[in-house]
Amino acid sequence: MFDSLQERLGSVFDKLKRRGALSEADVTAALREVRVALLEADVALPVVKDFVEKVKTDAVGQDVLKSVTPGQMVVKIVNDHLAEMLGSDHVALNLQVTPPAVIMMVGLQGSGKTTSTAKISKRLTEKDRKKVLMTSLDVQRPAAQQQLAILGAQIGVRTLNIVPGEQPVAIAKRAVQTGALEGFDVVMLDTAGRLAIDEQLMVEVASVRDAAKPAEILLVADAMTGQDAVTVADTFNQKVGLTGIVMTRMDGDARGGAALSMRAVTGCPIKLMGVGEKLEELEDFHPSRVASRILGMGDVVSLVEKA
Amino acid sequence: SRSSSKLGDGIGGIFTKKKLDDESIEELEDLLITSDLGVATAAKLTSNLAKTRFNKDIEPREVSEALAADIQAILDPVAKPLEIDRTKSPHIILMVGVNGSGKTTTIGKLATHYKAQDLKVVLAAGDTFRAAAVEQLQIWGDRTGCEVVAKETGADAAGLAYEAIERARAQQADVVLIDTAGRLHNKSDLMAELQKVIRVIRKLDENAPHDTVLVLDATTGQNALSQVGTFKELIEISGLIVTKLDGSARGGILVALAEKFGLPVHAIGVGETANDLRPFTAKDFSRSLMGLENASD
Ligand SMILES: Nc1nc2c(ncn2[C@@H]2O[C@H](COP(=O)(O)OP(=O)(O)OP(=O)(O)O)[C@@H](O)[C@H]2O)c(=O)[nH]1
Ligand SMILES: Nc1nc2c(ncn2[C@@H]2O[C@H](COP(=O)(O)OP(=O)(O)OP(=O)(O)O)[C@@H](O)[C@H]2O)c(=O)[nH]1
Ligand SMILES: [Mg+2]
Ligand SMILES: [Mg+2]
Repeated sequence: MFDSLQERLGSVFDKLKRRGALSEADVTAALREVRVALLEADVALPVVKDFVEKVKTDAVGQDVLKSVTPGQMVVKIVNDHLAEMLGSDHVALNLQVTPPAVIMMVGLQGSGKTTSTAKISKRLTEKDRKKVLMTSLDVQRPAAQQQLAILGAQIGVRTLNIVPGEQPVAIAKRAVQTGALEGFDVVMLDTAGRLAIDEQLMVEVASVRDAAKPAEILLVADAMTGQDAVTVADTFNQKVGLTGIVMTRMDGDARGGAALSMRAVTGCPIKLMGVGEKLEELEDFHPSRVASRILGMGDVVSLVEKA
Repeated sequence: SRSSSKLGDGIGGIFTKKKLDDESIEELEDLLITSDLGVATAAKLTSNLAKTRFNKDIEPREVSEALAADIQAILDPVAKPLEIDRTKSPHIILMVGVNGSGKTTTIGKLATHYKAQDLKVVLAAGDTFRAAAVEQLQIWGDRTGCEVVAKETGADAAGLAYEAIERARAQQADVVLIDTAGRLHNKSDLMAELQKVIRVIRKLDENAPHDTVLVLDATTGQNALSQVGTFKELIEISGLIVTKLDGSARGGILVALAEKFGLPVHAIGVGETANDLRPFTAKDFSRSLMGLENASD
């Protein structure tokens, strides 16, 4: 799949032996192939459409560098736009509040919230020397609270003691209180997985937010997500209000177009990405790297950059 | 159903008093793409439609019906429940899939289903990796009244599966459902571990596992093709179960998967509780994908 965009663009531009500025016809033909590539990478259709429009306006009339083909030139322009849309730079977690800074993790079932909670806590503890308290508000999934407790023991981070039967809002309040009383810098709230269309659970998570006043509300989303990414991100953003996104399973071979979709509909920065099951497998999000991954054209991009 | 009304509305929007022309075909293709059918499958379906109806006046409903029928024709051959062969005693089912797709929960649902058929079911806690995976399956064992064979986290998954089958035999159980740790298909070491599980249980029964079910999250996009392709190549998948169809994702990738691999789709997951497993019906699925009401609605 990676090579097919290059091949397609190759055949589009083979016909063009001349150099000089990119004509509207060249660009339109090239962008048809780019559109398919983005859709195959799971970028959501409305986002693809906007994107292609924007690139078209910018690309028409640009001079083609001597040492590259018009196709490569278009890819470079597309890639730059992608990177820009994904966010120009890495945005760090916001902990600049009166402690404890509360970080709430939300998302669909199985997206990687609990694992990411532990990964972030480990990083904050070890790298940033923060005192972190982890708390599971997941009273839904069997053994969810236990899962976080086990992870806490593995990384040496304290988890709030489990009170059987206690409901999410009450747990959240107790966590923040404990955090404040015992001098924690950060309180991590891991929530149960929920569907964007589950009204009741969306109301619940909004009440948790109101009770805990988080500095960060992170949507944890799977890099393999398809077209539904826009609905999920948009709904969570509207119902809960997001401050950032964590993309998990970036260690897979998905092109990860969901990152672009989610960023585009929420305007929220992608702050971190999960690159494995182990608790140290968390990385800062690098827009340019992810841009070339979505496009599947990393080589061309570096070629043009060198030209 | 709620997962598809958007698509139905979209088609209504395109075809009010309209001929099926290039523009409307493109819009139709777009609508299929937003259900994760993928560019190729969407193009194929719309061009089929164009062959017979191009430039003819066509009602929105006719378009939806025609496409639903074409999709149903693709899915009909793959709709096949996961039935237990009592003579296998036990019938061994290995559940595999990427992380978080719903393997453990689906085991709980299948156990519920088989228990209701008066089958004796043993669960094997073969996810010896993830924190509290064993405890999670144990809770499902309690809920369903099935014995869970488990060891501590970190134990050898293949050895655990072996023991569970021995245990099931001793008890004359009908079914063994083996849970495995989630793994991404591109991790060769983890895929090799799965191959080892299969090798080891074949020492007990050379035809085991009798079914190897890949559990797929309906939210997954085009990467499902790579997932299924790799799992199938490395461990001979016998069928699929698609979870989380109660969400807003429509699971259109199933159509592309059926075209490419033709693997049976055994059931769909529509919730987190024991009874949220449904048979996969080509007709219902296709109609709901196209925003058409089902007979059962
Ligand atoms: N390969 C890989 N696996 C991951 C990553 N993040 C999480 N996982 C795995 O994904 C699975 C689900 O992770 P959880 O953290 O339990 O997901 P969750 O969102 O808390 O799930 P629920 O609480 O059930 O909604 C586990 O098997 C994790 O090990 C990642 O970045 N890469
Ligand atoms: N809404 C919904 N949630 C589901 C469905 N099936 C599973 N889930 C949820 O998805 C999450 C992950 O399910 P698991 O069964 O733990 O997934 P798994 O594949 O065993 O995960 P790992 O073992 O970590 O790889 C849990 O929160 C389940 O409750 C479904 O059909 N619908
Ligand atoms: Mg969790
Ligand atoms: Mg599991």
